[in-house]
Amino acid sequence: MINGISINMYLMLSTILFTIGAVGVMARRNTIILFMCIELMLNAVNLLLVAFSVLHNDSAGQVFVFFVMAVAASEVAVGLAILSMIYKNIKSIDSDLLKNLKN
Amino acid sequence: MLGYTITQWLFGIISFLSIMFALMVVFTRNPINSVLYLVLTFFCIAAHYLLLNAQFLAIVHIAVYAGAIMVLFLFVIMLMNLNQDSEPQKTMMSKLIAGIIGGLLLVVLVGALKGTEQLQLSQVGHSEIGIVKNLGRVLFHEYLFPFEIVSILLLSALVGAIMIGKKEIK
Repeated sequence: MINGISINMYLMLSTILFTIGAVGVMARRNTIILFMCIELMLNAVNLLLVAFSVLHNDSAGQVFVFFVMAVAASEVAVGLAILSMIYKNIKSIDSDLLKNLKN
Repeated sequence: MLGYTITQWLFGIISFLSIMFALMVVFTRNPINSVLYLVLTFFCIAAHYLLLNAQFLAIVHIAVYAGAIMVLFLFVIMLMNLNQDSEPQKTMMSKLIAGIIGGLLLVVLVGALKGTEQLQLSQVGHSEIGIVKNLGRVLFHEYLFPFEIVSILLLSALVGAIMIGKKEIK
């Protein structure tokens, strides 16, 4: 009884979620929101990895998702530390103000 | 019901909800609301994992993302006292360009993936690879070394976050 979802549905869903994340990165200026959109894109890819691992009945995809989660957690920890230091220095997290490296 | 099984109904409802919540993450002005919508999106993705019978990943996803990462985000946002008034806005032009680029990306990806052959996820519901017992066996036999490396990565991230976050000692 529990079957009948084609892999194409998962492909479409992941593509849409990934695109929403990409649009969020391009359309917002709050750096924390940019981080959250990157998390959204990571999750779209994770979902597809799990779907294909179930399709091929192979655990490697799910183990890989586990490692991706660990890397995402450490990335967020370091990234938010950097952001809070930036906020401490320039009192803003507007990404358009972060162009000191330009000149 | 209209020729769809209950799993297909569940898949459709959860997919719709996750896309809606993901859109709300991008289009909400208030950063705190954005974080809360992202938590809801993550719960929907965890429901997808459950639908795929990946129980271990569903629990880890809720614990790590909704439990740890989003609380960290919320904590930082509240620490910086961000709200709707202090939210920087892009110009209408660059928002429009972002929308166009996103739409083009969607069209290209959908067009590229549309030609793949129709494969049914026939293992859903019977697949045993996602339960804790089997995944743990794989994780601690074949992937033991990467698992230990991940612990070093997390430790270095911890040390790095503290080093970056602390005050300068003169």
